[in-house]
Amino acid sequence: MTTNLLTRILSNPACASEMEAPQWTAILTVARAEQLAGTLAQRLAGLPVPARVAAVLADAQGSAEQGRRAALWEAEMVRRALAPLGVPVVLLKGTAYVAAGLAAGRGRSIGDCDILVPREALAPVEAALLAAGWEWVKPDAYDDAYYRQWMHELPPLIHRERDRMIDVHHTILPPTARPTPDADALIADAVPLENGLSVLAPMDMIVHAAAHLFADGDLAGGLRNLWDIHCLIGEFGTGGLHERAAHHQLGGAVARAVRLAEALYGSKGTAGLGAVDRLYMRRLLARDGWGRETRQGVRFGFYVRSHALRMPPAMLARHLWIKWRRRGAPASG
Amino acid sequence: MRHSLSLKVGPVGFRVGSDWRAPIAQLAALYEGYPSVDVPDFTVRLEALRPWRRWVRPSVAIHGDYRLPEAAPLPLAQGLLAAELGMNLQMALGYRRHLLLHAAVVERGGRAVLMSGVSGAGKSTLALMLGQGGWRFLGDEFALVDCASGGVVPFPRAVSLKNGSIAVAAEGARLGPMLRGTPKGVIRHVAPPGDAVARMAEGASPALLVFPRFGFAGAVRGLDAAETFVRLTQASTNYAMLGEAGFRALTRLVEGVPAVAIDYPDGAAGVAQVEALFAAL
Repeated sequence: MTTNLLTRILSNPACASEMEAPQWTAILTVARAEQLAGTLAQRLAGLPVPARVAAVLADAQGSAEQGRRAALWEAEMVRRALAPLGVPVVLLKGTAYVAAGLAAGRGRSIGDCDILVPREALAPVEAALLAAGWEWVKPDAYDDAYYRQWMHELPPLIHRERDRMIDVHHTILPPTARPTPDADALIADAVPLENGLSVLAPMDMIVHAAAHLFADGDLAGGLRNLWDIHCLIGEFGTGGLHERAAHHQLGGAVARAVRLAEALYGSKGTAGLGAVDRLYMRRLLARDGWGRETRQGVRFGFYVRSHALRMPPAMLARHLWIKWRRRGAPASG
Repeated sequence: MRHSLSLKVGPVGFRVGSDWRAPIAQLAALYEGYPSVDVPDFTVRLEALRPWRRWVRPSVAIHGDYRLPEAAPLPLAQGLLAAELGMNLQMALGYRRHLLLHAAVVERGGRAVLMSGVSGAGKSTLALMLGQGGWRFLGDEFALVDCASGGVVPFPRAVSLKNGSIAVAAEGARLGPMLRGTPKGVIRHVAPPGDAVARMAEGASPALLVFPRFGFAGAVRGLDAAETFVRLTQASTNYAMLGEAGFRALTRLVEGVPAVAIDYPDGAAGVAQVEALFAAL
């Protein structure tokens, strides 16, 4: 209910004039919790809002602007570190949106720097990053081996001076997941930026956002991801999207992303949604006006699902057993 | 949330919600006379770790708009401390409307003294004692420096006195409960003097930067701009977050305001040192 207020005002900023103080309080709190405060500030720019709301939005705008600058600088640092290798480097997610000047990047909060490189280039990329000041975040030997054997990315690295994380992907889903996206096509069709870095082709961007949300995660941050998808579709349309999604074996995830983005941020509302989509909606909107996570049962269901999607049952059992035995133990290695 | 309170301190609006009544009642008593706020800048939540922990070994987890993963929960008896820590955490992690310095501030004649130092340096005690002796108390936790004007804006929160300094609280002052067994020993909160709240919209110009150190023989040492700058970057929670605006505000402060480090053996001596330094400006 409360979270609906945020999606409604994002899709239709004109309804700001209807909001009273308690609604504003809830909207701002939920926007922060969902990492959408900067986006909200962008959407409401120039519209009359109460002074106290304007002050919070101005802070969010300043914060997003600082985040944008830091993300672009980090991408430049990565570019400098990897340029001598001559391998293609594709920016992903938030960094890609701001680097390419896309609507999805406006006001967006950006955490880690995510990049995609060819799988065969992983070793030299890793060595170059380590030489340029990045360090391992997870010193645990099991975690490290797990990432290397089973994940679609290297274990996360953090830069020792700038304190920024980088995730180096070689594809967009874990190899243990059932869909197998065509990583070579993602890189081959990437769109070069002026500085030599690239971003995914438009339809691949949408496919990746949907994969990240529905085939890999427990839907945490889902409202922001679907806002990204809403903006990408608004900018690029959906011509060729379904073929591309099918090529990456992600037709179902992409179709669901399109339906839910439309339901949350489009003009049609929830009329066309089926029962399963409605369950997703319940998870996506599970937050109250104090920013608290609600609907713990639904959340837990999606958490279990996210692990079940990532690996087959026997492997999942072994993984959770090892993680459980190690809980609280000091990291070794 | 079951229990909640909104209050405005200086320019900042807070909303504090709690699963328990006691922390909110204590907060309301301590901050009596502060205005409430319709749309707060920050939300603080004092929540039970698990649903049953509301009653069984009640333990207060501190949450809010901005989170620090390693913030440890506190026993319910220290719920007021949890609320105060929660408000400080939100400021430290999310506030960007002013340059924030970890400092106490007092004012006389429109001119402010900023006292910055690590926890235990005696900032709070000095600020409260000066506040009881003809100075206006602007705050003891954060100095809010306006990036455009360079002025300092009041942020008069309750003063948290620790251990031996608790006796400094004036006769008749509004006091919080005695909080024993906290990570910093015994803590007791004191409401700021009345004029601090009545005049909390009224700013001042920084006139003196003091870096006090409690528990040493009295000494005064002037600080050059470079050392002051480094000390203040360390004392600021949002200097880096503000980017160029923060750099300009800090540079202006360091270049325009004299800075001294003082050692003092006890509160009365510290007050006398600050008075003397201020008089000599």
